[in-house]
Order: sequence, then C-alpha cells, then structure tokens
Amino acid sequence: MKKLTNRRKINGSTYLLMITVLLFIVMYGAGMIVFASKGFAKPQMFLNLFVSNAGLLVIAMGQTIVMITAGIDISVGSVTALVCMVAANQMENHGTSAYMAVVIALAIGLAFGLVQGVLVAYLDIQPFIVTLAGLFFGRGMTSVVSTDMISIKNETFLKWANYKIYLPVGSYSKRGNFLPAYIYPTVVIALLVLVLIIIIMKYTKFGRSVYAIGGNEQSAMMMGLNVRKTKLKAYLLDGFLAGLGGFLFCLNSTAGFVEQAKGLEMDAISSAVIGGTLLSGGVGTPFGTLFGVLIKGTISSLITTQGTLSSWWVRITLSALLCFFIVLQSIFASVKKKK
Amino acid sequence: MEKKWNVKKIAGMRLFMPLVCLLVVLLVNVITTPGFFKISVNNGVLYGYIIDVVNRASELVVLAVGMTLVTAASGGQDISVGAVMTVAAALCCQILSGGAASATAFQNSFVLAIIVGLLGAAVCGAFNGFLVAKLNIQPMVATLILFTAGRGIAQLITKGQITYVRVGSYKVLGGYIGKCPIPTPIFAAVLVILIVYLILKKTTLGLYIESVGINSTASRLVGLNSTMIKFLTYVICGLLAGAAGLIASSRIYSADANNIGLNLEMDAILAVALGGNVLGGGKFSLMGSVIGAYTIQALTTTLYAMNVSADQLPVYKAIVVVIIVTLQSPVFKKALASLKSGHKARKTAAEGGNQ
Repeated sequence: MKKLTNRRKINGSTYLLMITVLLFIVMYGAGMIVFASKGFAKPQMFLNLFVSNAGLLVIAMGQTIVMITAGIDISVGSVTALVCMVAANQMENHGTSAYMAVVIALAIGLAFGLVQGVLVAYLDIQPFIVTLAGLFFGRGMTSVVSTDMISIKNETFLKWANYKIYLPVGSYSKRGNFLPAYIYPTVVIALLVLVLIIIIMKYTKFGRSVYAIGGNEQSAMMMGLNVRKTKLKAYLLDGFLAGLGGFLFCLNSTAGFVEQAKGLEMDAISSAVIGGTLLSGGVGTPFGTLFGVLIKGTISSLITTQGTLSSWWVRITLSALLCFFIVLQSIFASVKKKK
Repeated sequence: MEKKWNVKKIAGMRLFMPLVCLLVVLLVNVITTPGFFKISVNNGVLYGYIIDVVNRASELVVLAVGMTLVTAASGGQDISVGAVMTVAAALCCQILSGGAASATAFQNSFVLAIIVGLLGAAVCGAFNGFLVAKLNIQPMVATLILFTAGRGIAQLITKGQITYVRVGSYKVLGGYIGKCPIPTPIFAAVLVILIVYLILKKTTLGLYIESVGINSTASRLVGLNSTMIKFLTYVICGLLAGAAGLIASSRIYSADANNIGLNLEMDAILAVALGGNVLGGGKFSLMGSVIGAYTIQALTTTLYAMNVSADQLPVYKAIVVVIIVTLQSPVFKKALASLKSGHKARKTAAEGGNQ
C-alpha cells in the first residue's frame, strides 16, 4: 500500500517535469519557425540562453535546494546587486585584484546565508520574512556603497568576461564563411555547478536529508536527522551559490549599479517552480530547474527578437506561467489527497 | 507592592510595546531635531514635522489596516499591496485623462474613475485571495505573482508613460479640502480606520477572522466558512491598497507606475509587526497596527532629518524587522522565559533565606 502511494507521488512530479520539458521544446520550436529569418534557429541563439542566464542558473540551484526544505529565499536579487557593486567598487576604487573580488563575492553570499540560515533554522522565523528583510538590506547596502553606476575596467576581470570558448558547431554567414558558436567561461562554471548540485542532491547524506526534511519535518526529526543543522547548511549553500551566481552575473554585465538584478529572485523562484519544485517542499530536482531557467531565457529572447513588445512582457508572461504551474501543483496535490 | 502590580499590568497590555516604540522615536527627535514639535500656520495650512508625519503616514495606515486582517486570517502577508496601489492609480488616472498622457480637464466622471480604480484593486485582492484561500498556496508566494507583475500591468494600462491629471479637484484627496488647514489624507486614514473598526466591532467578522487564523480546520468544523473568510480579508486588503493608491496618486496628481508605493509593502508588514501582532496569524490588534504605522513614518521622517538618503532607508528598516521578529519568535520567548523563571527562583530562594 505504501509503495503504491509512493509511486503515485513520483508520477505526479514526473508529469510536471514532462510538461516543463515539453513546454520548452514547443516554445523554442515555435520560435525557430516564426523567427527563422531573424536567426533564431542558429546554434549560437541556443547557446545564448546559457550565456545570458549563467548567473541565474547558479542562483536558481540554490533556490531549488532551499525550496526543497520548504523554505524560500527572496534576497538573491539584492545579494547579486550587492556582490556586483562591492566587486566593482573594490576593483575600481580600491585596486583589489580580480581574484580577491571573487573571494569577497563568495564571502558576502556566505554571510547572507549564515545570518538568514541561523534566523530560519535556529529561531524558527518564517523564511519569507527573514529573506524579505535580506532583500531590503542588500538593496539598501548597495546604495550605501555607491549610488552611481561603476563600470569595471580591471584587465584580469575583463579577460575572464570576454574569453570566448569556441565550439565545433556553428552556422554559415551569407558569404559562406563558417562562424563557430562560442560560449563564455561563466557557462562552464554554471554547468559544473549544475552537475555538482545534481550529485549532491542525489547521492550525499546532506541531499537526502534535505528531501526528507522538506517532505515531513516532524518525521525527519524522529528519524534522527538534525533538522536545524541541515536547514542551516541548505541556507549556507544557497548563500554561497547566490554569491557565486552574483559574480557570474557581474561578469556578464561588467558593472555595478543599484537597480541591478531587480526581480531576479522572482526569476529564480519561477524557474524552480516551473521546473517542478513544489512550494510545499520535499519535491524538486536541479535538472528540472535547468529547464525552468531555459524557459525563462526563451521567453525573454522571444520577446527581444520580436522587438516591438515592452520588456515588461517578460515579467508578465513569467508571472502568468508561474501562476499556471502553481495552480497545476495545487491540483496535483488535491488529486493525490482524494485518492 | 500594589504599584509594582500596576506597572506589570500596564506593561502586559497589548498597546504597550507599540506606544513605547513611538515614544522612543519621538524622544530621539526631541534631542536631534529641536523644532520637531513646532506647528505653525503657513498660507492658511498647518505646517510642521508632526503634521508631515501624520499626513505622510496616511497611505501606510490604510495599508496596515488591510495587512493586519490578512495576517490575522491567513498567517501570511500580502506583499503585492505596493503593486496593487499602482494598478488602482493607473486605472483611475487613465479614465480621468481619457487615455491621453496628460489632461487638464476630466474626460470622464470622477466618481466612475474612483470606483473603477477601487474595483481593479479589489479584483487584484480577489486574485490573491483565490490563490491563498481556495488553492492553499502560501500567502507570500501567491502574492509574489502580483508583486512582480503588478507594476508591469500598471505600465500596460498607462501605455508606459506617466499619466498626469492636472485638475484642481483631483488634488483634493492628497491635498486640502477648500480652506481646511488639515491635509485630506489624514481624514481619509481616520475614516478608513473608523469604518473597519466599526465593521469588526458591530459584526462577528473580527471574531471569525481571529478564529480562522488560530485554527483554520477547527473553525471549519464548528461551521465557519474558513475559505470565504480568508478570501474576504484579501479582497478587503486589495480594496484598501487601492484606496491608498488613489491617495498617493492624488498627491502627485499622476500615475507613476514605477514609484507609487515603492517599498511600502515592507513598511506595512513592519507596522503590523510593531503593533504587537504575531506574523503567524491569530489574534490581532487594529489599533496596534495603526500606532505601528505612525511609528514607522516617524522613523522614516527622523532618518530623513538625519540626512539618510531614500535608497539607504531599507537597511535600517530591515534591521528593525529582524529585531522585532527575533523578539517575537517562540524560541527566543522560551529562552527568555526560562531565564526569567530562573531569576525568580533565585530571588525567592534569597528572600526565603532572609526570612
């Protein structure tokens, strides 16, 4: 009997993941047909999904882990802005090396993870309130550092940012020259993080504990898992990934300014939800989140390729999709309960 | 002995903490800004820091009232209120200007515009309420949808521009009625408080909201329609956010989708928490939230007076929120209680030794 319900649960989330993958293929396929003349079908266009969303992918990984513990982190956008601003300020105005900037970025992320993790795990405060405070704190601190836009001119940093890795695939220009497709190092790092998180969540004790706590905190505790410690670790990892993702974001934008990455938390959350992570915790995969990020990327590149729609449509479409998937989850949950 | 008991009784009252916070903020001002309590009459209207605080707090008070109800019934907060404000403002201004970017005369009836604005806000609230009450989604995740999409929707309504309504009678709501020296928003806030207070006192709604917030399932079992009550609080919250949006829009006689109600959701949550309401739902105190809202505005004005820029304000507010929720958290309370009882035990032991 127990096995049966278990299988049904897995089925529900697999359906959600299948819908997501299908949605991505349909959306991208439609884009390739409709905007073929604008170069949507080129391999480079596909790789650009990764290039422009490398930071988001890393941040969404952290978000997925926190959401599996039935928590949430809405401070990631502000952390990204703060990381970019501090890194830019340090390199431009204080002569810090690019390597040191990476360390600072990760330290900022870890600090956010530590404080928020302690408040959530050891003081039992709602994750949403804690990270909402984090959101405002991060954005406010960014403007304390500087209210002007700082563009980064550090040589090492720019070398990292502009280093192109050419791939054996590509397209032909109108004259028949072969144009190889390329990616940036940020994509490689993001994909490495993805693989690492998949392994952590699937094969380590920590990963299994995270799923157990999200599924049912009470029974996880009775099983002898250290709920508080695992939660703290999850928030620490999330903070670390937010710092790293923020730095990747910075490599993409090569500047720091107060309004940067506004609403990135929404992108990360909706990527995770669209990728099949349940808001109530316990279910979700990093692999699904990858597709959530790709769908978000497809929406924004479809809208920019179309050209006449305002950029607000990206947010509105994404919100509508998020709403659709939340409703879908809720329906799956109620069907499961009835059975 | 009797006096001690009195102090304890006063300290235990629900409005004690919010009032103390307000007094502390005001005291800081007495020291840092000497002219804080001075009220003068300029051009026939009252003028001064205190008037400014009470005036500027009006939108926040209106939002805090709605937020209190939502918090009490569903144990979560509505973070879309700032965005809903812009939707109401955009709808109202767009109807008044007849679709143009700027208008010097009403193109449509004023009453119609206000009703449509409020209705739009109520629809937003109903959308949130449907997600929370009917589909059982965590309140803050459900309202996150409108939190991000709301300003976009407002931009679509105004076609991406700032709609100006340069008509004298539109400025009344955010300005002054005729020759009355007191700003209109103060009246609006008091009116909202009175209406909601009377509804809660004269009907059983207040009691129902509390009971649903304390235990939703138990309330359903004794025959309350939990879903409906939760839904209703979100509609009320949306409606009040719309009203706040109209006041804010009237102040600047325009609909600025990017700036109306910016960061106000944080202030509203803060006001509710400062008012001694538990953010996890259940019993609530409307007056506490109102006092909390005035405290927040006093704090904001104080920080401005100390030359803190608007961008940096959130840092201080975030710290205040974290301190309040930490003080409210059950773990902290338990630790404090055990500390207190330990202290008491030692004290009685010492007293016993003396006798």
